[in-house]
Amino acid sequence: MRGFEYARPASVEQAVRLLAAAPEQSRVLAGGSDLLSLMKDEVEAPARLVSLQAIGALRGLRVDPQAGLRIGALVTLAELAADAGARRLHPVLATAAGQAAGPQIRNVGTVVGNLCQRPRCWYYRNGFGLLAVRDGKPMVPEGDNRFHAILGNAGPAYFVHPSTVAPLLIVLGARLAVAGPKGERQLELAAFYRTPQGEGESEHALAPGEVVTEIVVPPPAAGRRVWSYEVRQRHTLDWSLATAAVALDMQGRRVGKARVVLGQVAPVPWEAAAAQQVLAGQELDGAVAARAGEAAVEGARALSRNRYKIQLARVAVKRAVLAAGGV
Amino acid sequence: MAEHAEIARLAQLAQNTGSAGSPATLQTPVTSATAAAPATPGTPATSATPATAGTPAPAGTPAAGSPAAPATSGTPAPAGTPAAPEPTWPDAASRRLIGKRISRLDGPAKATGAAKYTYDVHRPGMLYGKVLRCPHAHARVKKLDLSRTEKAPGVKAVLVLHGEGSEIQWALDEVAAVAATSEQMAADALRAAVVEYELLPHFVSEEVLENAPKTKPGEEQLVGDPEKAMAGAAVRVKGHYGLPVVAHNCLEAHGQICEWKGDNLTAWCSTQAVSAAATQFAEQLGISAANVEVITEYMGGGFGSKFNIDSWGPVCAKLARQAGAPVRLMLERDAELTVAGDRPSAFADIEVGAAADGALVAWVSKSWGSGGLGGAGSPPLPYIFEIPNRRHRHTSVPTNTAASRAWRAPNHPQACLLTFAALDDTAAALGMDPLAFVTRNLALAGARARAFGEELVVAERLMDWKARWRPRGAGGSTPGTVRRGLGLALQVWGGRGHASHCDVTVYPDGGVEAKLSTQDLGTGTRTVVAIVLAETFGLPLEAVKVRIGDSRLPASGGSGGSTTVGGVSSSTRRAALNALDLVFAKVAPRLGAAAPGELEAADGVVRVKAHPERRLPWRQAAAALGVSPVTASGANPGPGKLTDSGTAGVTMADVEVDVETGLVAVLKMVAVQEGGLIIDAKTAESQVYGGLIMGVSYALAEEKVIDPVSGRMLNVDFDGYKLAGIADVGELVVHLMSGPGYDERGVIGMGEPTVIGPGAAISNAVANAIGVRVPQLPLTPDRVLDALEKGRAA
Repeated sequence: MRGFEYARPASVEQAVRLLAAAPEQSRVLAGGSDLLSLMKDEVEAPARLVSLQAIGALRGLRVDPQAGLRIGALVTLAELAADAGARRLHPVLATAAGQAAGPQIRNVGTVVGNLCQRPRCWYYRNGFGLLAVRDGKPMVPEGDNRFHAILGNAGPAYFVHPSTVAPLLIVLGARLAVAGPKGERQLELAAFYRTPQGEGESEHALAPGEVVTEIVVPPPAAGRRVWSYEVRQRHTLDWSLATAAVALDMQGRRVGKARVVLGQVAPVPWEAAAAQQVLAGQELDGAVAARAGEAAVEGARALSRNRYKIQLARVAVKRAVLAAGGV
Repeated sequence: MAEHAEIARLAQLAQNTGSAGSPATLQTPVTSATAAAPATPGTPATSATPATAGTPAPAGTPAAGSPAAPATSGTPAPAGTPAAPEPTWPDAASRRLIGKRISRLDGPAKATGAAKYTYDVHRPGMLYGKVLRCPHAHARVKKLDLSRTEKAPGVKAVLVLHGEGSEIQWALDEVAAVAATSEQMAADALRAAVVEYELLPHFVSEEVLENAPKTKPGEEQLVGDPEKAMAGAAVRVKGHYGLPVVAHNCLEAHGQICEWKGDNLTAWCSTQAVSAAATQFAEQLGISAANVEVITEYMGGGFGSKFNIDSWGPVCAKLARQAGAPVRLMLERDAELTVAGDRPSAFADIEVGAAADGALVAWVSKSWGSGGLGGAGSPPLPYIFEIPNRRHRHTSVPTNTAASRAWRAPNHPQACLLTFAALDDTAAALGMDPLAFVTRNLALAGARARAFGEELVVAERLMDWKARWRPRGAGGSTPGTVRRGLGLALQVWGGRGHASHCDVTVYPDGGVEAKLSTQDLGTGTRTVVAIVLAETFGLPLEAVKVRIGDSRLPASGGSGGSTTVGGVSSSTRRAALNALDLVFAKVAPRLGAAAPGELEAADGVVRVKAHPERRLPWRQAAAALGVSPVTASGANPGPGKLTDSGTAGVTMADVEVDVETGLVAVLKMVAVQEGGLIIDAKTAESQVYGGLIMGVSYALAEEKVIDPVSGRMLNVDFDGYKLAGIADVGELVVHLMSGPGYDERGVIGMGEPTVIGPGAAISNAVANAIGVRVPQLPLTPDRVLDALEKGRAA
């Protein structure tokens, strides 16, 4: 790890000022479970860390009858998993948060940090860069890409976004509150992620000096059924190989509107529009769920070692749909 | 090179052990490691013992403190001379501690953190060593400028390890090292180094033999006429199988703290060979072994990867000498995984021929694998079964990766997977239950065939195999996506006690102490020595003391090849009996006994065997020594049969496979294992549990992923290198064979064998569940789904 400056502002405004002064060299520190690992491995070497820990306004979960569940930037995964209000309003979300990583990580890692974490791509983590280019050529297609993207993988990015909570929050219609030098703004979580096109670009839509202050998850619509299905090899402390989050607006056994978002298949949480179309208006049964799974991986392209992930994504969607629909 | 040679020896001997019928002699490699130590067999190192100082005595001879009784029971008697009986283990009726379930004595210290591992040693003024490592798998050092490193704040010593012009042959090999006041300063100083490399072509992917630029074919082994036998076989089954390079994953990384006082070096070293480490430090630093003390009070795992002091041992000592201060140099996790742990891979194309009744008649195989530039030992194929007609050749494939190391039961997990997968496929082709198939062929299973037979009966019962087994693929008639299956494998190992020397001192106040340089690499060695000591003196466990883990104590072999328990229990037993004889000699007249041999120590007293009412409490008996403690030595090998070689074991697995996701869940493992006379049932069972857990882990998850593009290992932390968690290992059922047929063989190590079977047993269970073979470990979803798809296509 390299030496760095540590700032501990008492307000969001101060934090934004500290970040904006040298945005490229500064990083926001909340739980630190990902950032500190990256710094220890010198994959990241920020000159300044801006800790949010002293900003009381960023703590705490609130259930607001109108806005829904409000998750401050310092709320840990463990707090979300245990919160009675969250469990009542969005039980699937609380469960997913309680299954991310392991207890130690959940006790310090924040929900916002989970959304902002960097890819687990082993080329990136070994210092080959986010896009892992060597002698002008991307390393991933020729290298070991067993955990890499099957969708949105035309390059130059091949990594997958690691969050298992993000796809679920997207189908729940979550929005992010962001503070920055130009004031506050809100954006759909779905619009927060982007695929970098160059080594200097990030996976997020945050402008220089901006910091996520809150996640707002609207109350569930009547008849909405939600599920998230992860395919993991190990029971604990493992990364999902493919995640499918679905929200089905049910009218009896018939699906009205459907939202299907996949995780760990693309550089961003991947909205499966074709699967949503397959489900819309259908009487839910095993065949429809299977067709949704097929549709979700339409256009998927296997790299040399990750063809199995197409099957995993297909199955994850099918099982999430069946579970959500109670079939 | 010494390291390569050592591994080659271990591998060779392990191979010998593996081919049933040839007597297993795992003792030899460890003896060779010890032979270089100051005390060779027959010359016990007793200089550290006060009572014997300056009195080099032959093995077992009581020395100073008993001048009036110069030679008693310890001296090997010339043939034909009536003398004290050869040492034996107590018979079953009189064992109070041996064979019981006794918790490890250092458990509380480990659980509370009171136990100090190498990593916990902090010396006054200690500096932090750090190594600059080459990021390339094959390169030449074009330029190395350390001038800024030398001037960096806090830097006290700098060493060039691979200077300009050097060729680096594997990623993360060492280029330079520093010692600095803090770890951070050391890192900063290394970052200031200017290094330029000329990249050279690398080869790291040995899975496909034809892609290898260089190969080293071994000798062909040929017995009988395999082609003719194959042609006449009722069933011929061809298959390809394999398993990758895995790492050792010691929780405590390799490394040491080195401190000089004048010409004397003390090294706190995480090693599984304390005596040998002292010799190696001396050789590599050009000092006398008499000037070196190696201390390993506790260690956090070795699994075969810590037999040598490695390159970083002398580097640490040299940094300390240059800096004039103690230096700590422990490997970081990425280096630990990349260069300090490496079980060779093995792949094979195999054809098996069997008669219609299941009798094995022919075997033809070619195997290959790598464990670095030098390649590695070849797995003994076919494993266990001496099929009458067989042909085999192993080819070593050099790769630009760090050298292989002995990994718990070297070569055997590979041989077991390759053989038992092929045999299981043969049984399936015959439509036979593999339990019946294996039983049918036990006559080919060598010296321990009978033990295998008895163990299979026990394992069958514990798994309820006969009631539950279904033909391959028939467990899939359930409507869901989950299929269930059973699999089995056999394992064999040597485990004869290694060369070990022990001094036992009896103090006039009744205190009893054993001293030997052995190390406890987590197996319970300390506890085993204490049990033997207390049992022999008829005292409670709390009344005896054990000192181990210091090279100044009587030399004991490295803890490898499951040779430790047999070695230390035998040397301790002999030393304890010899020491007891010294006490008996003093006490005999008081108890009206004609000869010391008429006495026994039991239940806290010394008494006349024929007249148990004539007794002295132990403390009064010891007080007869007067003012001086007495010390007696014991060694292994030595008189009497206290240890043996050759163990058989059976592993069974019960698994569930989701055929849509390829996820494998291990529901239950059964291990039935022999280990001769078991000293401590609890720590022995603990070894079996550990073997099973490690086995489930490499069967399901473990693999060193080496990037073909850069030649670097990619999964260099516990995030990417997947180890089975406790929730992944399923129910573990352990049964140790004991009683007649087992106990009288003496103590035989069995820390290794139970890691051998799980890979094959789980692979076979998966094949049984899903109807097709997943040819390679680990059984990850990609491999399982691929096999299912190919099975559907076929």
